[in-house]
Amino acid sequence: MGELLRVEGVNVYYGSIHAIKDVSFHVDEGEIVTMIGANGAGKTTTMHAISGLLKIASGTISYDGKMISRIEPHKIVSLGLAQCPEGRRVFSGLTVHENLEMGAYSRKDGKDAIQDDFDLVFDLLPRLKERRNQSAGTLSGGEQQMLAIGRALMCKPKMLLLDEPSMGLSPLLVKEIFHIIEDVNKKSGVTVLLVEQNAKMALNIADRGYVLETGNIIMEGKASELADNPEVKRAYLGAK
Amino acid sequence: MQFLSYLARGISLGSVYALIALGYTMVYGIAKMLNFAHGDVIMVGGYVVFFTFCKGGIHPVLAIIIAMGACTLLGITIERVAYRPLRGASSLSVLITAIGVSYFLQNGAMLLWKSDPKSFTSVVKLKPLVLFGGQLQISAESIVTILVSVVIMIVLIWFVQYTKPGHAMQAVSEDRGAAQLMGINVNGIISMTFAIGSALAAVAGALLLSSYPTLIPTTGAMPGIKAFVAAVFGGIGSIPGAFLGGILLGIIENLSKAYISTQLSDAVVFLVLIVVLLVKPTGLLGRKTTVKV
Repeated sequence: MGELLRVEGVNVYYGSIHAIKDVSFHVDEGEIVTMIGANGAGKTTTMHAISGLLKIASGTISYDGKMISRIEPHKIVSLGLAQCPEGRRVFSGLTVHENLEMGAYSRKDGKDAIQDDFDLVFDLLPRLKERRNQSAGTLSGGEQQMLAIGRALMCKPKMLLLDEPSMGLSPLLVKEIFHIIEDVNKKSGVTVLLVEQNAKMALNIADRGYVLETGNIIMEGKASELADNPEVKRAYLGAK
Repeated sequence: MQFLSYLARGISLGSVYALIALGYTMVYGIAKMLNFAHGDVIMVGGYVVFFTFCKGGIHPVLAIIIAMGACTLLGITIERVAYRPLRGASSLSVLITAIGVSYFLQNGAMLLWKSDPKSFTSVVKLKPLVLFGGQLQISAESIVTILVSVVIMIVLIWFVQYTKPGHAMQAVSEDRGAAQLMGINVNGIISMTFAIGSALAAVAGALLLSSYPTLIPTTGAMPGIKAFVAAVFGGIGSIPGAFLGGILLGIIENLSKAYISTQLSDAVVFLVLIVVLLVKPTGLLGRKTTVKV
């Protein structure tokens, strides 16, 4: 299994605020890697930098052997690196089906391949199939999160960035969503970088993890080791 | 009878405002900016039709198609050169740039084509519609203008609601960042929007000048502002809203010309806008949007 994503010495500023500081990490093909950290640690900033929505001040980001730190966001998607953004951000005026279509908007591999992925997504997320002609704004939070994941899968990614998929969902739904993420990884073979505040669930399904604190990576390691680390336990897993 | 004749003229003028307002409202919806140079694109379209049809004598439909092509090119160029470098800049900078582009086009036209008024010949060669045994006469220009606007609006709504590029426009309008993350080329969609709006402006120019045949470099300025008012009136960002706003504005303007005062008609138009904004700030068909932080 080769290396798929490498972030090397990346710095991002919002005006004078140094949001992420010299951050380096990598994700190997086939892995689920999680990045945990509190609110404002720089997790979403990191995700936006990878997807090209934010300009990085210095450092490099390479994906699948190509430098992507200076490419436009839509071209990064067409390289097979998709993101399911924080807060779901489904297109509420469009139907479920149309939202999924938007995920496949710039694909050039033909109608049949796209139809196959529709089947795949509906197979993975049957609830979306039931609601395919309903406008996305009328879905529940959990269904919107499923739609956001399905929409990102319609980009036919080799690697999926997931930003806080558990946000605002009930514990039962969180379980379901994490189950779906495992399926995406194991059944469809999509490499996953998962950003989460719900460290317990994230470390549970991940292979490796990084801990981000105020823009710095302060710890890294196997997910199981991180879950046992007393410091991680105290700060992120709620142990006394 | 008199009233019906004023009304018909009002609807016809309103249809032109509607066509221009469609461009305003689409660009606002997608690029989140007010393109104050939009009115001057009408003027350029008018000159192209003037030189190809009125002077050159080619078929009016062909002349309008050429004008649409020229304006599409102009619209895309304006967006590429003046607005795209300001993506992410404050909306005030973009607004001032748009006003600058407007002056640039007006003065460019003055330089190229001089400021003496050109007299436009109507692109419509049909007889007026005579009703009630000659008591009511509606010009063919009015009828063609109304029909063309209605058809264009229906096509536009179909395009936005039922085609994939239309859906992408809706997606960009709703959440530009999420659209980019789905692999949608946002700059491409914005270019397309400018292209459509500018092509419609060319049609509006030809129709406007067929009814009001004086062409000077500032011809587009006032209709441009009125169409902007129409777009806000109807709810900026909404396509049916722009259409409704345009038609209502044309009717109000013409009826106040007829029954209140020719000089005060513009004042009445703007008064109506102020009242509408006081009562319903989002415009007639505008949706209330909450900005997420």
